[in-house]
Amino acid sequence: MEAMTATMTTPAPISVADPTFAWTIQARSHEPVMRCFYCQKCSIGCPTAFAMDYQPAQVLKMVQLGQKGALLKSRAIWLCIGCETCGTRCPNDIRINNVMDVLKEIALEEGATPAEKTVYALHRSFLNSIKRFGRLHELTMLAEYILHVPQKLPAEIGIGWALFVRGKVLHLWSAIKERGAVRKLFDRAGL
Amino acid sequence: MQYTYYPGCTSETTAYEFGRSTEAACKALDIELIELKDWNCCGATSAHSMSLQLNYELSARTVGLAQEARLDMAVACPGCYQRVLNSDHRLRSDEAFRREMEQVLGFEYNGQGRIRHLLDILTNDVSLETVRQKTVKPLKGLKPVAYYGCVLVRPPSLTGWDDPEHPALMDGVLEALGAEVTAWSHKVDCCGASLTLNRSDIVKTLSNQLVDHALEAGANCLVTVCGMCHINLDARQAGQNLPVFYLTELMGLAFGAPAKDVAKWMKKHVVDGRPLLKSLELL
Repeated sequence: MEAMTATMTTPAPISVADPTFAWTIQARSHEPVMRCFYCQKCSIGCPTAFAMDYQPAQVLKMVQLGQKGALLKSRAIWLCIGCETCGTRCPNDIRINNVMDVLKEIALEEGATPAEKTVYALHRSFLNSIKRFGRLHELTMLAEYILHVPQKLPAEIGIGWALFVRGKVLHLWSAIKERGAVRKLFDRAGL
Repeated sequence: MQYTYYPGCTSETTAYEFGRSTEAACKALDIELIELKDWNCCGATSAHSMSLQLNYELSARTVGLAQEARLDMAVACPGCYQRVLNSDHRLRSDEAFRREMEQVLGFEYNGQGRIRHLLDILTNDVSLETVRQKTVKPLKGLKPVAYYGCVLVRPPSLTGWDDPEHPALMDGVLEALGAEVTAWSHKVDCCGASLTLNRSDIVKTLSNQLVDHALEAGANCLVTVCGMCHINLDARQAGQNLPVFYLTELMGLAFGAPAKDVAKWMKKHVVDGRPLLKSLELL
């Protein structure tokens, strides 16, 4: 015990970069982010944590400490797939995927470049398809996606072909009648 | 039994065989599915990734379309199910949101119909006993692992009809169909879902782990109720050659669907499941 005390340095005081940030996230996500006591069950269970730059528990801690800049530029927020594993296991009932979604929203609002460009490009193309037709039309969605990130074509042409020959992607769009109502929702969201 | 029905976009395209076999299986069980008129996409992962509000509002329109019928809504796709369930919950619990949506979209929310997944309906409304009775071709020799995927039974505060970590309802239906269900520990582990085209490296890792775990458990096939999981598990294998079936395809088969219909579904898969079914004299 004595030896341990002797080697301990005085910890630097914790500085909160932006004290209002956590409350903003809490208000927008309706998730009680300040309750997180860092048990890390979310990080341990997260299926995509291995590819993230910050693990889900770290993201929550960074929210608490107001480290907005680093979060908005992170890969983690774009690699969360919303599988709800973390939220299901959280002892404090924080559905972390909602926190991740709000972080992405703020990143887009504030013009931060999405760290996962291909993930962003797919979401964009997917939503444009719904805005256009009211439903997803896979062929035009994929075409738009590939136009944005042509470098993905060689890697994905194989699976595209496999589905194409089985008649799974070659369909005419089935646009809904009330496209206006759907467009109105997109306008409300500013998308 | 009557339900309004929200098929979801992929039921006509990448999950064509899921859509057709769902209709066939429900017909065999005297479940009448009344398709919602002019339904729109739920926005899936992309809507809630770009705007949480848009995600709630897109599905609020779907819920609105179902109000007049005052029936429970049947949903087969877990992605659609979760998005619509979340929105319905918000319409129920957030009065300001409900009022706003009623005004913007022009409907009146009565909340009499609940959002239900097919698996919940099969077990709790139809009953496994009926599934057993309707089975004319028991799936003897078929050793499936039941794969529920990540969002079907989550979040438990909204779903509430099965265990969120180790669900059992699909196992029950498969047993009622006569299959020899194989135990495994990966029922709700995520396949990588919507990262399929943009970070396929992650999806390949996760999906192939699942296929390997199924084989280690001694399964000869994997059964899912999700179009997204099906693509990832069926089309992203690294040579394991494990057939991946939709639960509804196996239901159709066991309920005696015409062979040409079953063939029409099965030929849509990348890993052909027909040799396995033929070897078990099920086709």
